[in-house]
Amino acid sequence: MFLIPCPWCGERDEEEFSYGGEAHIERPKDPDALSDAEWADYLFMRKNPKGTHFERWNHAHGCRRWFNAKRDTVTHVIEAVYKMGEEKP
Amino acid sequence: MAHNPLRQSPLAHLGLIARAGQGADDAGIILTEAPFTDHIGLRGDGADTAFAGAVEKVLGFALPISPNTVTGKAKKTALWLGPDEWLIVVPFGAADKLIAALGKALTDVHSAVFDVSDSRTVISLSGANARHVLAKGCGLDLHPRTFGPGSCAQSTLALAHILIHQTDTAYRLYIHRSFAEYLWAWLEDAGAEFGVSISTP
Ligand SMILES: [Zn+2]
Repeated sequence: MFLIPCPWCGERDEEEFSYGGEAHIERPKDPDALSDAEWADYLFMRKNPKGTHFERWNHAHGCRRWFNAKRDTVTHVIEAVYKMGEEKP
Repeated sequence: MAHNPLRQSPLAHLGLIARAGQGADDAGIILTEAPFTDHIGLRGDGADTAFAGAVEKVLGFALPISPNTVTGKAKKTALWLGPDEWLIVVPFGAADKLIAALGKALTDVHSAVFDVSDSRTVISLSGANARHVLAKGCGLDLHPRTFGPGSCAQSTLALAHILIHQTDTAYRLYIHRSFAEYLWAWLEDAGAEFGVSISTP
């Protein structure tokens, strides 16, 4: 069993969660000012690091809240979880 | 011709009342359907004193703010579903009045109150092996050191979404009505090795 700590509910089975991809991607303030390449970069391009990754999770079968996690993609160790709107650790 | 307006439990066709009392006296688990309670969904900011205060005045007790806990009394309970979401459970027929009272008290507060009475039924699970049966299909740590009377949690049980509330005497399993028959059959199967007894509410 892979346990993920929800910021509200504490440690729960991975099965209760759904993955939301890379965190902290900000929508461009003025999309009209972007080139097609810049817009495509915002829409489609994501980091795929070997090591620390900041990502979003949803506690889908629990409290249904979105939150952020700092996870090591090699070891799967979740080094931190924090609520939406909170500073990246 | 008008349809029969009476409510029907999603387990009505299983003949549970006829089967009640047929299990062994030493059955390890006791299953009871507890249908027809009214359920109210409540959304709002639990940290906002205007919201929490207005709700407390109507309910007569404070909403649970601590995650996965329950407040209230036997005939009116509030279950924590999320930091801005609760389920209020009252006896059959009591929802309309309470929804009106909450709506009135929350007129000027950002909130939502809605009737979800028919979305779920409740299966009560008790007996010496109740926790062992749940452990077969649920990843929650239900050991008394982390989960006891007054605790609630949403998770999956045998892959079905579930809301579990532990009372002093039983686990109350809130299950969406389209999954109720499946879960009942699963519980009878999972409990077979301990002996299953069915009782009436
Ligand atoms: Zn949660």
